[in-house]
Amino acid sequence: MNGLQVVFLLAALVSLFSAAMVVSARRMMHAALWLVLTLMGVAVIFVTLQSSFFAVVQVLVYVGAIAILIIFSVMLTRRVMEDHGDQILPGWRAAGLVAGLLFAIIVGFLALWQGFTTMLVELPADADNLLDLGQALVSPQGYALPFELASVLLVAALIGAITIAVDRKEDQHG
Amino acid sequence: MDFLRDPFGFVIQEYTGWLGGLGLPAVWVDIIAKLTGALVLATGAMLFVVFLIWYERKLIGRIQDRFGPNRVGPWGIFQPVADMLKIFTKEYITPIGADKFAYNLAPILAVAAVLLLWSVLPLSVTVVGTDLNVGLLFLVAVGGLGEMSYILAGWGSNNKYALLGAFRLVAQLISYEVPLVLSALVPVMLAGTLSVNGIVQAQESVWFIVAAPAAALIFFIASIAEIGRSPFDLIEAESELVAGYNIEYSGLKFGMFFVAEFLHAFTVSMIFATVFLGGWQGPGAAEIPVLGFVYLMLKTFVVYFVTILFRGTLPRFRIDQMMNLNWKVLTPLSLALIMAMAIVGGLTRELPVFWQVIAFLLVNLLLLGATDQLMRLSQSRKTKSNLPMQPLRKVLTTSTKHGAGE
Repeated sequence: MNGLQVVFLLAALVSLFSAAMVVSARRMMHAALWLVLTLMGVAVIFVTLQSSFFAVVQVLVYVGAIAILIIFSVMLTRRVMEDHGDQILPGWRAAGLVAGLLFAIIVGFLALWQGFTTMLVELPADADNLLDLGQALVSPQGYALPFELASVLLVAALIGAITIAVDRKEDQHG
Repeated sequence: MDFLRDPFGFVIQEYTGWLGGLGLPAVWVDIIAKLTGALVLATGAMLFVVFLIWYERKLIGRIQDRFGPNRVGPWGIFQPVADMLKIFTKEYITPIGADKFAYNLAPILAVAAVLLLWSVLPLSVTVVGTDLNVGLLFLVAVGGLGEMSYILAGWGSNNKYALLGAFRLVAQLISYEVPLVLSALVPVMLAGTLSVNGIVQAQESVWFIVAAPAAALIFFIASIAEIGRSPFDLIEAESELVAGYNIEYSGLKFGMFFVAEFLHAFTVSMIFATVFLGGWQGPGAAEIPVLGFVYLMLKTFVVYFVTILFRGTLPRFRIDQMMNLNWKVLTPLSLALIMAMAIVGGLTRELPVFWQVIAFLLVNLLLLGATDQLMRLSQSRKTKSNLPMQPLRKVLTTSTKHGAGE
C-alpha cells in the first residue's frame, strides 16, 4: 500500500463516517457541520486524483457557498433545531430495501462500465488538465451545448429569485 | 547559489540536501522539508503580527493626532509584546450552553484559514510554498474556511449578539466574494494562467494595475470588505452588536481572532501586491532573489498603508449602503469589465504589447467613467424626487412591513 492509497482510504473513511453522522446527528446544526466535513473529504479525494481544479471548486462552491447557505437556513429555523422524536422512520424496512436495491443497481452498472477497471495513470508534472477542461467546455465538439444550457438554467434561477425577492414599486409607496 | 544573493533559497537547498544525506527515502525528505517550511512560514507570519499591530496602532495614532503606543521600548515598539503576555495570563471563559466543540474550533480555524493563504504566495523567485496550477482559486476557496470559522464562533457562543454578528459578517463576506472573484478573473485572463507564480511572471513587462485599473480598484474594495475593516466594519458596530461574533471569547482565544484579523489584512495586501503590482518583480529581482522579497514587502506595505488610511479616515457604511455598493455597482461593473477585456484582448491580439496595454487601459477608464456618470445620475434623481426625510421614512416602513425578522 503506497502513500496515495493511505490518503485515499483515510479521506474515504472520514467522508463516509461524517456522511453517516449527517443523517444521525440530533442537532441540525451539527448535521450541517458534519456535511461540511463530508464535502471536504470529497475534495481530498479529488486531490488524490490529481484534479486540483475540482478539489478547489469543491471547497469554493460546496463548503464556501452551499454549506453556508444550508447553515443559514438551519439557523433561521431555530425553533425546530433539536429533534427530540424518534429518529427511525416507521417504514424503515421498505426504505432500506429500496435503498439497498438502488445501491446494488448502481454498483452493477459501474462494474459493467469499462472505465471502472481502468488503472490510474500518473499525469506528467507539467500536464495542465485545467486548459483541456476549459477548452472542452467552450469547443463545439466538446461540451459547449450542455455548458450553455446550464448557464441558461442558472440565469433563469437568478431571475426567478430576484422576482420573488424584489420589493414592488407600488408596495413601497403604499 | 551563494548565501548573499538568495539567503532563503540557500537555506532551503542546504536543508533539503542535509535531509537527503540522512539516507531517508526521497518521499519522506520531500514531506519533512514541506512540513518544516510550513512550520517556519506559519510561525514567522504569526510573529510578524506583533510588528503589524504596533505599526497599525502607531499609524492610526498619527492620523488621529496622537502619539500612539510610546511607553514600552523605543517608540513603543514592545507594546504588542506586553499586550501579548497579558493576554496569555487571562482566564478562559466558556459560556453556559456553548457548543464546546464549535466554540473551541472556531479561533483555530480562523487563524488557519489565513495562514493557508501564505502557502501559495510566491515570496521571491525561488521561495514559494506550492505552485498550484489553480492558485488564485485556492486563495478564494480558503476564504470559505474563514467564513466557516465565524459561523462556528457565532453559533457556538450561545449568544444572540454573537450569532447576529456572525450572520452579518458572513452575509458581507459572501456578497463581496462575487466581485472579488470576478475582478480576479481579469488578471487571470491577461496572464493566461490561474497559477499565482504564473501571474507574477506574466507581469514582467507591465503590472496589471496599469492594464486593468478598474479591476484593481474593484479587487481592492472587495478585499477591504473581506477583511471587515472600516468602512466595512459593520461586523463590530458596537452600538448595534456589542462586539460581533467574538463577544464571548476571552484570553488567547480572543487573541487568535485578533491575530487572524491583522494577519488577514496584511495577507490581503500581499495578494493585491502579487496579483496587480507584479509581486516580486522589479529591477534585478530575477538575478538576485532576495531583492524580489524586498520589492514584494515594499509593495505590500504600500497597499497595507492605504488600507490603514482607509480605516483611519472613512466612516462606517450602513448595511443597505454596503449591499447596494456591492450588488448595484461592483458586481455589474466587474461583469462588464470581464466582457470588455475579453473583446479588446481578442481584437488587439496581433498588436504589440504597448498598444494592447493602451487599449486595455482606455477600456478600463471608459468603464470607470461610465460607472461614475451613472452613479451621479441616480444620485441626482434620488435627491430631486425625494424630500430630505424620505429615505429615512422608507427604511422605517419597509422594516415594519417585514415584521421583526428584519
